[in-house]
Amino acid sequence: MEKSLLAPGHRACAGCAMPTTIRLVLDAAGPNTIVVSPTGCLEVTTTPFPESSWCVPWIHSLFENASAVASGVEVMLKRQKKDTNVVIIGGDGSTFDIGMGCNSGMFERGHKILYVCYDNEAYMNTGVQRSGSTPFCAQTTTTPPGSRSKGNPRPKKDMPAIALAHKVPYVATASVAYPVDLRKKVKAALQVDGPSYIQVNAPCITGWSFDAGTMIELSRLAVETGLWPLAEWVNGELAGVKKIRRPKPVKDYLEIQGRYKHLFKKNDCGDQLAKIQAIADANMAKYKLVD
Amino acid sequence: MDIKAGRLVDPCSTRLTKTGAWRTFVPVFDQDKCIKCSLCEIYCPEGCIHQVDGLFVPDLDYCKGCSVCAHECPRMAISMVLEEK
Amino acid sequence: MSQINTANMKVVEGSYAVAHAVMCCKPDVISAYPITPQTHIVEHLSQMVANGELDSEFLTVDSEFSALSVLVGASAMGARSYSSTTSQGLALMYEVLYNVSGMRMPVVMNVANRAMGAPLNIWNDQQDAVGARDVGWLQIYVEDVQEAVDATLQAYKIAEDPQIRMPIMVCMDGFVLTHVYEPVELLDKELASQYLPAFQPEKILDPAKPITFGAFADPSTYTEFRYQQFDAQLKSMAKIEKAAKEFEETFGRHYGGLVDSYFADDAEVVIVTMGSVIGTIKDAIDAMRKEGKKVGLVKVRSYRPFPVQALRQALKGASVIAVIEKDVSIGAEAGLVTDLKSAFYNSKIRMPIIGFAAGLGGRDITIKDIRKIVDKAEAARKGIESEFEFLDLRTEIL
Repeated sequence: MEKSLLAPGHRACAGCAMPTTIRLVLDAAGPNTIVVSPTGCLEVTTTPFPESSWCVPWIHSLFENASAVASGVEVMLKRQKKDTNVVIIGGDGSTFDIGMGCNSGMFERGHKILYVCYDNEAYMNTGVQRSGSTPFCAQTTTTPPGSRSKGNPRPKKDMPAIALAHKVPYVATASVAYPVDLRKKVKAALQVDGPSYIQVNAPCITGWSFDAGTMIELSRLAVETGLWPLAEWVNGELAGVKKIRRPKPVKDYLEIQGRYKHLFKKNDCGDQLAKIQAIADANMAKYKLVD
Repeated sequence: MDIKAGRLVDPCSTRLTKTGAWRTFVPVFDQDKCIKCSLCEIYCPEGCIHQVDGLFVPDLDYCKGCSVCAHECPRMAISMVLEEK
Repeated sequence: MSQINTANMKVVEGSYAVAHAVMCCKPDVISAYPITPQTHIVEHLSQMVANGELDSEFLTVDSEFSALSVLVGASAMGARSYSSTTSQGLALMYEVLYNVSGMRMPVVMNVANRAMGAPLNIWNDQQDAVGARDVGWLQIYVEDVQEAVDATLQAYKIAEDPQIRMPIMVCMDGFVLTHVYEPVELLDKELASQYLPAFQPEKILDPAKPITFGAFADPSTYTEFRYQQFDAQLKSMAKIEKAAKEFEETFGRHYGGLVDSYFADDAEVVIVTMGSVIGTIKDAIDAMRKEGKKVGLVKVRSYRPFPVQALRQALKGASVIAVIEKDVSIGAEAGLVTDLKSAFYNSKIRMPIIGFAAGLGGRDITIKDIRKIVDKAEAARKGIESEFEFLDLRTEIL
């Protein structure tokens, strides 16, 4: 008997946040759940034929169509009068970029589907290329720093706001470092009679370049610096925010990651650090993260 | 090998692959220090730390030695030790 | 070719007749996106759902890509699934086409054949479906509305066969067949249910028996997955014949299984083609036969699987073959003529085979054109001047 709904033996890197994220989601959702996943690290590390880590029914079709596939699953469940959870678990490439059309259609049609994005902020499966989720200044293999570049020139796409614009009734951000909060949000999302969206901060050891043991600490720092606010929106209204007791400077979070190394090597990156701090400060003000 | 049409695969079957072979450092648990908070079990990316007879122990068949458990243990009850193979 | 009971006939639009056939197949899920000239089919279907005549889940989606992707999920849940599309829509589905066949999902789709852009052109040719001949779907081409109706029902029977489990495109010429009003015998619902029993999927997404669909395959198994699809296509040839025969027993109509012939047995010049141009060709043959010209026709009904043996058999007496097709392989010849030459290359019987790209982007193919082709074919018996050409090329505007 498996103790969790994701079996060990998967091929994720040592220190990857994705399998922990999946297990937390499945713990909360329970065995009466069908999971749909797009192409990505999750799919290749958990389903190398003829093996699978999944202990719940699971389907993968393509990189950009998980939301449409899940829509087909959901209408059949309704037709068969079965009360089973439909959960999409996908990375940020499929969620923010290539799957946007299908995601928009699924949100807009109002299917009862929970979409969980494990957000590691770049195309990690193909070797760390920039995605719409890559944060400002982060180094990827397609936003390398150089004499004319300080890393990714653009801020991260605001995907929760896009979900909210579709009138998605439950939207939340979460972090792999806050398991109680994440499980609570998954349970809340599954109660909603319609689509829901949870975006989970999930560090990637390969793409972010950090000491494997610090994976959880890093995700916690993203929250404590204000760069990753933990929030939830119910019916379009901000319904809850995780307060930060002792906010930390963004430098604490950035300097332990290889993807921001260039900001600390060169003398001319002070501006960039200040700009990233300004992003965190703006979040602090917007969400009133500090009492 | 049974090739199933449509790429159908049985559940939980990655258990066949013992990823413990990837490991360089092995977590060693000091059970006297353990306060049973279960954070190691919750955070373990492999999902291979469970309570056995009341004690938290890693399943070394699958542990890749990432050291997340050691890093997150609030009592520093887990140490990573170079494994002799 | 088809025997029609005129007492039960109704004059309806081709799209309605096909939608009615789909209704008789009782699909669980229909998912489609508007595109000319396919749209009327799904408009009729959505009206049937709205009226309560058809108990299906009808999804209005954001693209053809999504339309077919929805059916991947629905099929994995055990649904009988339907979509229809054409041209650019089929091209947008391309990635999912491989996925549906690779996952062995028995989806049925009507393709209202239309030209591919650029230049944008909404009229009929068969570039869209012939261009997707390698994606693993079976492709049946029909010559008239009645056959489109009947082939749609047959398609589910073939696709859902436990030994096949492959998706099928029922290809019907856009506008020519989708928008024409002609007398059609609509399917009898009772008889259709008798002919096509409920779909019995073996494995579905079910928490009580969790299974993983769509794992990735490395080089050690990928070839075997492809081989299984290839093998299923070859096996489907017997099922296509069987479905046509059983259909005849139930409904009294027959169009051939894999291929069909018209005056081909004693013909010296045989035309090989697919789709609605067959009507014109038959008229031309009737006229030429009266003049004593031994001209015949072989209709390719199943383009995938490509019925090599059936074609060798049907064409063994021909002195020369002229292939007329509404597609072109830009830089080579065209799909059907290439495949047909390949079918005969290792055969003991060899005859000249010449090809014509005709009717591209909706240009009419007339009886005069057919006569011209027959003349060229007769000349080719003495020596091939041109293996492949564009019919009626307007050289004055080039």
